[in-house]
Amino acid sequence: MTEEANVSITIEPTVRVETSRQPIPPKERLERIFHIDGLDALYGGKPALKGVTMDVYKNLVTAIIGPSGCGKSTYIRCLNRMNDLIPGFTQTGTIRYHGQDICAADVDPVAVRRHIGMVFQRPNPFPKPIYDNVAWGLKVLGMKDDLNERVERALTQAALWDEVKDRLKASALSLSGGQQQRLCIARAIAVKPDVVLMDEPASALDPIATQAIEQLMNELKSEYTFVIVTHNMQQAARVADMTAFFSISRGDEGHRFGELVEYDATEKIFTAPSDRKTEDYVTGRFG
Amino acid sequence: MSSHNLTKAVLRAEGLPRRRVKNRLMEALAWLAAAVAVGLLVLVVWSVARRGWSELNLDLLTKTPTSGFLATGRQGLANAFVGTLVIVGVATLMALPTGILVAIYLNEFAPPPVRSALSVALDVLNGVPAIVIGIFVYGLFVLGHGQSALAGSFALAVIMLPLVARSTMEVLALVPSSLREASLALGVPRWRTTLSVVLPQTVGGIVTGTTLAVARAAGETAPLLFTSSIVGTQLHWNPHHALQSVPVAIFELSESPDPQDHARAWAAAFVLLLFILLASLGARWLATRSRRRIATSR
Repeated sequence: MTEEANVSITIEPTVRVETSRQPIPPKERLERIFHIDGLDALYGGKPALKGVTMDVYKNLVTAIIGPSGCGKSTYIRCLNRMNDLIPGFTQTGTIRYHGQDICAADVDPVAVRRHIGMVFQRPNPFPKPIYDNVAWGLKVLGMKDDLNERVERALTQAALWDEVKDRLKASALSLSGGQQQRLCIARAIAVKPDVVLMDEPASALDPIATQAIEQLMNELKSEYTFVIVTHNMQQAARVADMTAFFSISRGDEGHRFGELVEYDATEKIFTAPSDRKTEDYVTGRFG
Repeated sequence: MSSHNLTKAVLRAEGLPRRRVKNRLMEALAWLAAAVAVGLLVLVVWSVARRGWSELNLDLLTKTPTSGFLATGRQGLANAFVGTLVIVGVATLMALPTGILVAIYLNEFAPPPVRSALSVALDVLNGVPAIVIGIFVYGLFVLGHGQSALAGSFALAVIMLPLVARSTMEVLALVPSSLREASLALGVPRWRTTLSVVLPQTVGGIVTGTTLAVARAAGETAPLLFTSSIVGTQLHWNPHHALQSVPVAIFELSESPDPQDHARAWAAAFVLLLFILLASLGARWLATRSRRRIATSR
């Protein structure tokens, strides 16, 4: 593992923003990959998320931050129709992916997920050998040519190859939590998705494994687009180009739902937020 | 309770001796109940074995009963054991795939109201008395067509179906949803996810449920009296004819005036008991093994 990452551990309440990040290209040169417009998400008819409108840009890392219960996970799972599986879940508004409504009647959710992969909060490798974890998806999706090279490449990209190359036949469950999560990332990127959604990928990991995952996102974003949900503001500040801050509001009848408060370049969100709520959150006064 | 005084006097004041006596008494009662349950099982096995001891030999499994009162030499119940093997085997072939498919539908695909309604239906089916199922199959197949082992198998399959389906549903519910999500997030279709990711996790549980269902079906008498009981003494394998079975043979031998027949019935009962005991033990062993496997994959 390389030690050149300039991650600083801050003890002071304010978030130190890393300066080595490449500046975001001007807006007109960014390609819009998602266009989300007026998205409401409801569980059993009760809104969990209201009126989210934002664009996600290609080859950037977009972070979603906010307090617990603000609908971050619900939101990111909307982007590849993962919520379809939850009984009682409904959504309104549109999510356009390269201009195409992913919730249209003729869109197959399987095809959506084929292009938009996901890494989950808790590592969930298949109870199979390490090699098979990466190779299985490739085989099922018909990417059988150069299987070994594809597996090696994915594991290398996920910064795991050196640690597992001598025991590819060992069970994935024998790996540590951080290694399992990197294996899950390898599994997700092996099938060459366009977007990788990450739902708090480092919340169950120690700082070193977290750093490895942040570093690989930084290295891979030229090839993929990442959307990452995190409750860790330092993490957002370190890895994200764009940051969206979600917060909890109260409706007329007192029920709580999440909404998008502010969405801007990460530097702006952490140094000069335009909304008072964002400022309170990023300075640690709330949440 | 702010006092940290632990002396006996304080404890006595709080009624500790009385609570201790009560505790002992209840513990003893629980022990007694457990001992009665185990004791009953031992008593049944022992008394069956003792009474059938004289006929408990290899001839029981290899020879057929000779008809007529001039019969000489050792007799066996090979036709009944073969019949039970065929009838229960065919019943398993009917109930196993159906039960697994029902469970997969209910657990993986059905909307919640359908799932709960059909789960209750399965429980009701499980509670239908065997003799009712026997009459039902008698009216369905036997009237007009005559008895056959196939009709008997169908009746036993009806008994086995809810057992297989319910136990499969239980292990399917144990498979963490994170595994399903991992597969679906790759862009793998749901049917493929179920087949390649979910089902392999449940093999142990399915085998367990099936073993228990087989053990239960092998001992059923009532449905077979209606469907496969008018038989000769020859050994047959053809399920289109009525075949003798162990429980029916025991029932018939018990009505014979010959004490040797009684002993043979006890011996057959002992073999049946032994089979069910071994099947249950095997099922338990498989169940703990598969549960451990699923637990480590969480």
